[in-house]
Amino acid sequence: MSVSEDKADQMAIPAAPVTVIRPPRGWIPINLRELWAYRELLYFFTWRDIKVRYTQTVFGIAWAVIQPLFMMIIFSLFFGTLAKVPSENIPYPLFSYAGVLPWTLFAAGLTRSSDSLVQDVNLVQKVYFPRMLLPLAGILSPLVDFAIAFVILIGMMLYFGYYPGVTMFWILAFLVLELMLAAGLGLWLSAINVAYRDVRYAIPVLIQLGLYASPVVYSATFVPARFQTVYGLVNPMAGILEGFRWAVLGTKPPSDLLFASVAIILVILISGAFYFRRREKAFADVA
Amino acid sequence: MNAIALRVENLSKIYKIGQTVGYNTIRESLTNVMTAPFRSLRQMGDRRRKGEATSPRSSVSSPPNTIWALKDVSFEVKHGEAVGIIGRNGSGKSTLLKVLSRITAPTEGRVEIRGRVGSLLEVGTGFHPELTGRENIYLNGAVLGMSRAEVKRKFDEIVAFAEIEKFLDTPVKRYSSGMYVRLAFSVAAHLEPKILLVDEVLAVGDVQFQKKCLGKMSNVASEGRTVLFVSHNMAAVRELCPRAILLSDGRTLNDAPSPNVISEYLSAQSDVSSGDMAVSDPLLRRNSLPNSRFRWTRVTIKNSEGRVTGLLKFGEPFEIVLQGVADSELTEVRAGFSIDSVLGVAIFNSFQIDNGIPARMPAGQIRFCVRMDPNFLAPGLYKISLGANGDGIIDFLPTTLQFTVSTAGEEDKNPWRNYHGGVMRYPCRWYIE
Repeated sequence: MSVSEDKADQMAIPAAPVTVIRPPRGWIPINLRELWAYRELLYFFTWRDIKVRYTQTVFGIAWAVIQPLFMMIIFSLFFGTLAKVPSENIPYPLFSYAGVLPWTLFAAGLTRSSDSLVQDVNLVQKVYFPRMLLPLAGILSPLVDFAIAFVILIGMMLYFGYYPGVTMFWILAFLVLELMLAAGLGLWLSAINVAYRDVRYAIPVLIQLGLYASPVVYSATFVPARFQTVYGLVNPMAGILEGFRWAVLGTKPPSDLLFASVAIILVILISGAFYFRRREKAFADVA
Repeated sequence: MNAIALRVENLSKIYKIGQTVGYNTIRESLTNVMTAPFRSLRQMGDRRRKGEATSPRSSVSSPPNTIWALKDVSFEVKHGEAVGIIGRNGSGKSTLLKVLSRITAPTEGRVEIRGRVGSLLEVGTGFHPELTGRENIYLNGAVLGMSRAEVKRKFDEIVAFAEIEKFLDTPVKRYSSGMYVRLAFSVAAHLEPKILLVDEVLAVGDVQFQKKCLGKMSNVASEGRTVLFVSHNMAAVRELCPRAILLSDGRTLNDAPSPNVISEYLSAQSDVSSGDMAVSDPLLRRNSLPNSRFRWTRVTIKNSEGRVTGLLKFGEPFEIVLQGVADSELTEVRAGFSIDSVLGVAIFNSFQIDNGIPARMPAGQIRFCVRMDPNFLAPGLYKISLGANGDGIIDFLPTTLQFTVSTAGEEDKNPWRNYHGGVMRYPCRWYIE
């Protein structure tokens, strides 16, 4: 090696990142800087999930629309026409679709993220990267399905004579809240799933239960005013769904319900992240 | 260039053995969660009493049903150094690499790494069968720590090395296993970290591709990057790494120039040392004529003192004793042996008729002695193959007796003086004109 190269090398060494590996003890802080450094990998994981989603299917991406559409049709038939569930004077199909849409996003995100570490156990055992990326990619990838199904919502709104207003922009805020909730639960459940595969079987049950415990087929106004806060605490999706419906259709804006939901979402997200970090070190050995 | 790239201090890792489901039972987990705050308080107290957590708690005896996969392993690697990690299965080699690449956490000790680490613990991790070759290059690149721009820059090179130009847009699940492995290795090989951790990736593909991989690896090493290479392939370790670390039961047994370490490792293997092997078993004769009129029966190695052994010092003359049996008097027989490298390549062979012994042989037992003086074999592991041919005779016994040529500590103190490639140390005559 020539002298000049030698010098360059020595100069490069102090600049090289120093990594220290030590036995982890206690609670480990969340390394946001590292997550940022790995943002490209998050993108690739999300992109992979999206790409792989509908390969070797005839209908392909159309499934993103078919699923919520059929849920809406069934709900309209049973709850709207037969049971005559009140829908705040909004045509029931539109009312229920505006609930089904964010719910599907949440359910898909939760399912994918809670199973993400187990699905990619190979990666977890062979390559280092912030493990959080996997459950996070799991909640991000259903956004594409959501966006496609959203076009149908716009179509339905125009059909029923509801013209999108400025409040529509609030959707973004509710989406962010929803992703935060899904991420929080996803972090909890994916970390537990590594050790106890029970999670895999519990998720479909929880999602079924959650669907009826949330204001998807009915309005949150069903719940008496004095229980609204409790409702929002127990089911943080309630605030999000009501908020989403308000932003799209101009129903009654959520207040206590939403504040309660936001509070509990923050608790779930932060505790989920810390729990995940604590369990992370054992993933490769336990999975 | 003397800067330390990697410093490992008293690294230990404990594993639970037996049928534990998950982390522990749910009940244990719950009690753990409940008592955790108290435990960490107590630990803090302990630490203060001990004067910081610098002292490894190795005095604590290991709990039942656990195994130390690594125990007090310490070493340093300088920038640009290539170090082989060898040892038997379960000696802790892979665990070491897993800890160094942050896949799993150590139980005790400390590691300091300067520079970007790339680890190749398995070829093709992160490949998705449904994605095309092109897509997988980007995905796998990202997984291994390359940026999208970096992959883009090396894309053509990766494709060319893997030889899959035509199948770039085919899902990799339609690839032959060879194509798959080639692509996977190619992506990994174009990773350019300061420090590269490699585990046995060369054990893939056909011989030709393995050679290509080996070539790529030695390029990496000669480019001045730091390499830690775990392998069972001693020839490859010796080829790539001037220095080797021998692990056994999670501990460091030796850390020295690789020829020394390799010969220590090989001579510790039980099947090497005897230096004597009976070969009359018909099961060994898959390549022989069923009732060949001449058959080999025994092969023995004697060292310079006349003692039967499978361990020879480097440069030590030795004797190979070959015993065979002829059913009747034979007029035309050629009997001999070859010495093969660990890779199974014959280095040379020799027959009795080469040395003036007649091709005619009486009926009954016969005993040939072959003096190997001088001994040019480089330190390493060798195998002897036996063969005989002639009228009505084919007796071929590939790779029978193994023997080891060790360095026997007669090495120069400077490692750079010791390293040699190849299987022979030919007594060349040098002069300056």
